[in-house]
Amino acid sequence: MSATASSDKLLREFAPQIERTSIVGKLWIALLVGVVLLGFFALYWQVSRGHIVTGMRDNVVWGVYIVNFIFFMGISYAGALISGTLHLFHSEWRKPIIRMAEFITIISLLIGPGFIMMCIGRLDRLPNLVLFGRIQSPITWDVIAISTDIFGCLLFLYLALLRDLGKLRDFKELKVPNWKKKLYKVLALGYTGTEEQQIRLKKATDVMAGMVIAIAIIVYSVLAWIFSVTLQPGWHSTIFGPYFVIAAVYSGTGVLIVAMYFFRRAYHLEEHITLKHFINVGVIMLVLAAFFGYFTFSEYLTKWYGSEKNDEALIKTLFDNYYLLFILSNYVGVLVPLIVVGFRKLRTINNITIAAVIVIIALWLNRYLIVVPTLETPYLPIQDSRADWIHYSATWVEWSLTAGGVALFCLLFTLASKIIPIVQVSDLKEEPKQAGDIYMK
Amino acid sequence: MEKKQKDDKNSRRNFLKLGLLAGAGTVATGALIATGKGAAESGEKIKVLTTSGEVMEVDKNFLTLAPVGREESHEGIPGRKFVMVIDLARCKNARKCVEECQKGHNLPKGEEFMKVYLMQDSEKTAPYWFPKPCYHCDNPQCVSVCPVGATYKRSDGIVLIDNERCIGCKFCMTGCPYSTRVFAWKPDEAYEIDQPYSPEKSVPGVEGTVSKCDFCPDLAREGKLPYCASACPMGVIYFGDIDEDVVTNGTETYKFSELIRDRSGYRYLDNLGTRPNVYYLPPVDRQFPVERGLDGLDEEVTKRLENTPFVVNKNKEAKL
Repeated sequence: MSATASSDKLLREFAPQIERTSIVGKLWIALLVGVVLLGFFALYWQVSRGHIVTGMRDNVVWGVYIVNFIFFMGISYAGALISGTLHLFHSEWRKPIIRMAEFITIISLLIGPGFIMMCIGRLDRLPNLVLFGRIQSPITWDVIAISTDIFGCLLFLYLALLRDLGKLRDFKELKVPNWKKKLYKVLALGYTGTEEQQIRLKKATDVMAGMVIAIAIIVYSVLAWIFSVTLQPGWHSTIFGPYFVIAAVYSGTGVLIVAMYFFRRAYHLEEHITLKHFINVGVIMLVLAAFFGYFTFSEYLTKWYGSEKNDEALIKTLFDNYYLLFILSNYVGVLVPLIVVGFRKLRTINNITIAAVIVIIALWLNRYLIVVPTLETPYLPIQDSRADWIHYSATWVEWSLTAGGVALFCLLFTLASKIIPIVQVSDLKEEPKQAGDIYMK
Repeated sequence: MEKKQKDDKNSRRNFLKLGLLAGAGTVATGALIATGKGAAESGEKIKVLTTSGEVMEVDKNFLTLAPVGREESHEGIPGRKFVMVIDLARCKNARKCVEECQKGHNLPKGEEFMKVYLMQDSEKTAPYWFPKPCYHCDNPQCVSVCPVGATYKRSDGIVLIDNERCIGCKFCMTGCPYSTRVFAWKPDEAYEIDQPYSPEKSVPGVEGTVSKCDFCPDLAREGKLPYCASACPMGVIYFGDIDEDVVTNGTETYKFSELIRDRSGYRYLDNLGTRPNVYYLPPVDRQFPVERGLDGLDEEVTKRLENTPFVVNKNKEAKL
């Protein structure tokens, strides 16, 4: 009985974020909708005028769309790995943040594949992927892997949502429109929290937590193989699978920290999401920064030291034309989290969030540096009079669609938080302040 | 002089019809269609059987060979294994191969199936002109990575693209280490021509899909050389059959194996394991100095070569 009472109290605390939206919140949503519409306009522009409106040409056939695709698939890792792993390790502190992590996973998983569609010249022939699919092609592996991942992650998120949905259905004081109440009732699937239901739910969640981790690793490796199975000098690398996996989780932790920061402020979750959470996720980010730095270093060291002709040309392109981006992505993006989280004095919520933002930008650039310079440095020299066929630079269409994708991510995230509490209510204890269990005290 | 060249070309074609392919036989197996377009009546009537089983008389000039359809184009010409040999010692960048190929495949201006590069392997080695078609590899990366089977390898060694199936993901373009493939980036009037589509012709092009050099199997069926080979004034490009061990540029015919042996033929970037079906004869005992290839080019083409080490050096010396 007391358990119900306490979660009712918590529900009362979280109800306002579902019940109403502040002026700032409305403006925020309007802004996001605007940017998303801009993205749709750019998409219309591209479909009606052909891919010529992008910066992509015969040499650089993939541009920021693919970069965004890898990026969004990468951050989808935040949920899969962080919530999955923490669930299996029974880390108590995870509870206020796993809902966010799972939302990140699902939303980015829905947006990521959208970007690869934008790379496709004939969207009308998309059904061919199923009608004439060839299992020998890594793209088919990708289609299978991503759809499995979306299904698995949705299931995992849903299992975690069930208890909260049941609570929301039973919580009579909730002042929400009828459609939302109906939605809770339907989605809760008659979950009332009987002992049998709890045991079943626990078992299912445990299984899915393990599955989600495995699927996510496979999905991201498959994505890496799209590049590394080709013979291109910058891509044909054996470490691309694990390298991409590490980079993915790394960017995922960054996005999680930023999401924690914003939701904490917007919904006044200071009591539940504390410095402790920032430090703990920060420490995970620090470990991943070290791994990421290590992989990046091995990748470029072997290319540079062995100096095969085409590798040498690629390194030259990277250091001549992409000097600043390279420093920002592969030096700053590794060192900042190491320093900020590594020194106790620097560990403040603001500092860790700034480091996370830098990580996100650095990781996006890292993918850009993997995709574009390689395509600009083919085996045969590019001999063309048209500047845009030699060097890629994204056009307004590509940037608008990129902005649209980011806005859609934020929008869906915001809307999701308007339907379901951003914190797993049924998991929280009455006294959320747990001073203990911080990594690396 | 001009007349003589014309005669040469004629005899070239005739020779091919007899030698390279059993020309007439191939034509007979292909389907004939009556188009009645773009041709004057010849007066000579031919009896044909219509699909409904009636016998009908049609003027000879109204009959053309129906292009090989999408399904049939998967098969390959029976008993053939095509090969190309490119003699780098003779190439002077006349670019006739590029032009004829573009014309033959009805390509928009910027799109080239055949490309001619000014290559220089390293700083001190001699530059040379390097015509580059599709290599029609025996281990084609492009075919491996295609998610929908829109590009395929045939029994005669040719790698084709079905532009009606291609989804335009461009994975094959990143898969090909030879930068062979081109993408139709925008709608173009060149793609609008009224002609039944055939992967063997790569005409008409389709916006948003990938295309490339196709070794002109439609011409091979008629016993003709590909556009590039018959257009080259220097006879740089030999085309033939690796099983019959014969290649020809239209005027000269060689045993393929002997040509490769005597002239140290090689395949470009053979170390990649793609097993190309295009061989190069190294640029030794050249017929032209490499500078000759820079003469009389379009401004646009001259501009392409501006940043090649050879031209950069040449301009530097000219300044001094």
